[in-house]
Amino acid sequence: MALTLDKALKGHSLTIAKLPNGDIKSQLIRLGITEGLTVSCIEKLPGGTIVLRRNRQEIALGSALAKSIEIVL
Amino acid sequence: MKTETIASENLLSKQKPTNGNSNKSGSRTKVVLAGNPNVGKSVFFNHLSGMYVDVSNFPGTTVSITSAQYKNYNIYDSPGTYGVSAFTEEEKVARDVILSADVVLNVVNSLHLHRDLFLTLQLIEMGKKVSVLLNFSDEVKKNKIKIDVEKLSQLLGVEVIETSAIKKEGFDKLDFAIENSRIGNCDQKVKELLSDTAKITGSEAEALLIKEGDVEVAKRHNSDPGTVDDREYLYIQRRNRVNNIVDQVEFENSTKGIIFSKLGRMTLNPFTGIPILAFVLLVIYFFVGDLISQRVVDYTENEIGVGIFEYNLKSLVADYTPSTITVEILGENDDVIDSRSFEFPQGKSENPELAEKFKSFSTKDGSVSDFVYENPIATLFFGEFGVLTMTITYLLFLLLPLVLGFYFIMAILEDSGYLPRLATMLDRTLNRIGLNGKAVIPIMLGFGCITMANITTRILGTNRERSIVTAILQFVIPCSAQLAVIAFLLARAGTVPLLIFMVTIFTILITLSTILNRLLPGESSPLLLDLPTMKIPQLRNVLKKTFFRAYGFMKEAYVWFFVGALGIGLMQITNLLSVWQNLLEPLTTNWLKLPKEAANAFIMGMVRRDFGAAGLFDIQLSAMQITVAIITITIFVPCIASFVVMLKERGWKEGISIWIGTWITAFFIGGLVAQIII
Ligand SMILES: Nc1nc2c(ncn2[C@@H]2O[C@H](COP(=O)(O)OP(=O)(O)OP(=O)(O)O)[C@@H](O)[C@H]2O)c(=O)[nH]1
Ligand SMILES: [Mg+2]
Repeated sequence: MALTLDKALKGHSLTIAKLPNGDIKSQLIRLGITEGLTVSCIEKLPGGTIVLRRNRQEIALGSALAKSIEIVL
Repeated sequence: MKTETIASENLLSKQKPTNGNSNKSGSRTKVVLAGNPNVGKSVFFNHLSGMYVDVSNFPGTTVSITSAQYKNYNIYDSPGTYGVSAFTEEEKVARDVILSADVVLNVVNSLHLHRDLFLTLQLIEMGKKVSVLLNFSDEVKKNKIKIDVEKLSQLLGVEVIETSAIKKEGFDKLDFAIENSRIGNCDQKVKELLSDTAKITGSEAEALLIKEGDVEVAKRHNSDPGTVDDREYLYIQRRNRVNNIVDQVEFENSTKGIIFSKLGRMTLNPFTGIPILAFVLLVIYFFVGDLISQRVVDYTENEIGVGIFEYNLKSLVADYTPSTITVEILGENDDVIDSRSFEFPQGKSENPELAEKFKSFSTKDGSVSDFVYENPIATLFFGEFGVLTMTITYLLFLLLPLVLGFYFIMAILEDSGYLPRLATMLDRTLNRIGLNGKAVIPIMLGFGCITMANITTRILGTNRERSIVTAILQFVIPCSAQLAVIAFLLARAGTVPLLIFMVTIFTILITLSTILNRLLPGESSPLLLDLPTMKIPQLRNVLKKTFFRAYGFMKEAYVWFFVGALGIGLMQITNLLSVWQNLLEPLTTNWLKLPKEAANAFIMGMVRRDFGAAGLFDIQLSAMQITVAIITITIFVPCIASFVVMLKERGWKEGISIWIGTWITAFFIGGLVAQIII
């Protein structure tokens, strides 16, 4: 089974392997998160909410969304 | 401000978005400020228009259109959006105003070119006349980033101008930017892809949106929207072009260029974030609950309002009308030390001797004068609940200082960038009640003004989330004016009532949202939130916002207060008030266990909730009765302004259900608590 973003830990650098389909994918692409992009996980909250950083940009993703994003560490 | 926003919305709906670039001869050029959220559009708008719209440090400050005239142009502020599309209500508002624009001033945050240029390229592909304002140039310098502006301009094919809105740099070039706006370099493949649809719609702008699957725009032209795959293809191509451009124009000269906000990080992590939240709440409590609502208001209300303003006005009226004045001298513990009654059957001026005695007695330390006029009209305007006496004291010397205090705190919070981080920290908790962290933003704004917050629900991802938050706002969130009175009354009642109040309201919040989450169909959207950097609030902006909001509040509230007071006064004279009181008596005295006069508060509360609380001030209530009264008034119907906006935003069915729901819940819960604690 593929690794998903909710498994990432604080401090990890990771590469996005696959985004979920649908509207949310377009929204992610718009914000700059695309398949193949390398980002770092700067915070992981107890409920599974993840905060990613790319360059100077910090983006929070809810746990449900994080579970649907496949990553490679 | 509220009414202005609503008015400008009507204006928008009348101006049906028409063909992209066609500048109807005769009408003024329509210049739209567009850009990602939180990039400074509203700062530019304020500068150009000389008007005031809110500027805050979180995405989603502007959620409706405001327009103004600037030179020969009509200039429009729009909600921020990461792209022209229709994922949320707020985005649809932005989309329509962009579609109707003659010129787009695209504001870009230079620190986030990757994110922001996506919209820029989309605007260019839409065939809009564009100029780019490369904002935040102060931060660019601070972070030692180099951007090749000329190269960027050349690649985009439009003017690119460096600005720093908060330092007012580059403002002199805005005219140049508008005049020299032009259609940029559109990708050839995209152009070909659109050419067929563009023939039907008459503009590339709408053709592009239709290809990207915008159902509403497609309907306007009776054509079929593109599929999700079409959109993804266009988006990915565009994203690649953005990355390519950024690689060519942006250089980081320093390795220390990365912004690292330690405090920002700490607010996210629960171990540090919860203590920070507690600290913030504590500061608010001491500032508003203690300093303002006790010390400051005690002074302004009693010393200035009652002691100086009312005393002199009433005394003046007593000169000319038959009156009886009772003066009590109170000791340190509010015990009556001395008391005298002065009768002026012909008015005070007819009996100068007694008037003099009254004057010297009533100006002693600790004196309280009670004026009773024989004439009902004099009573109506200058009596205990007088339209011109009580209302002015209440508005100017009680509510105004309290509301100023709240607005000041809210402005600091909004400008600091704390709200999006709080949203992230609370995301998981809100998931349990069918919301995501983003809901924190409208809910927190509700503590300022429910009417405004009702519109801000547009930033939420789905309709069901909007419904849940709208209900929460009307049922349990007290707005600043209401909080002000609550804080004031609770300060008299003590800590236990405060706890009972908070626990009750919190329980209703959880129950209400859990039920709605179960009942409403569909699924809520997950959190996807771009976090702005935390910063020290700008004092100027904070003060300006506090002032404008307080001004807006007074402007809207005073009419209702005078009309309400007049209405209550007339009901009192005509005995209708006792009819109403007797009608509600079983409910008020048996169920809520309050004196029957408390029924006044409910009619007054239908006008405005803060006005309703005014009905409680002059009734003798025990601490527990205050608790019950406050709980009931808090849940009770929203004020007229927010009711109207709610109907507009959410429709009749939902609006009326919520309105009736608040009646039932207010009395049911109020009574339940009364049965337990009184
Ligand atoms: N450092 C810096 N801050 C800026 C600049 N321009 C705007 N800001 C700040 O950015 C924040 C957002 O400004 P707004 O004008 O509210 O942004 P907006 O684009 O209208 O945002 P939305 O209405 O949410 O779409 C505020 O805190 C401003 O003070 C700038 O040039 N430099
Ligand atoms: Mg704005």
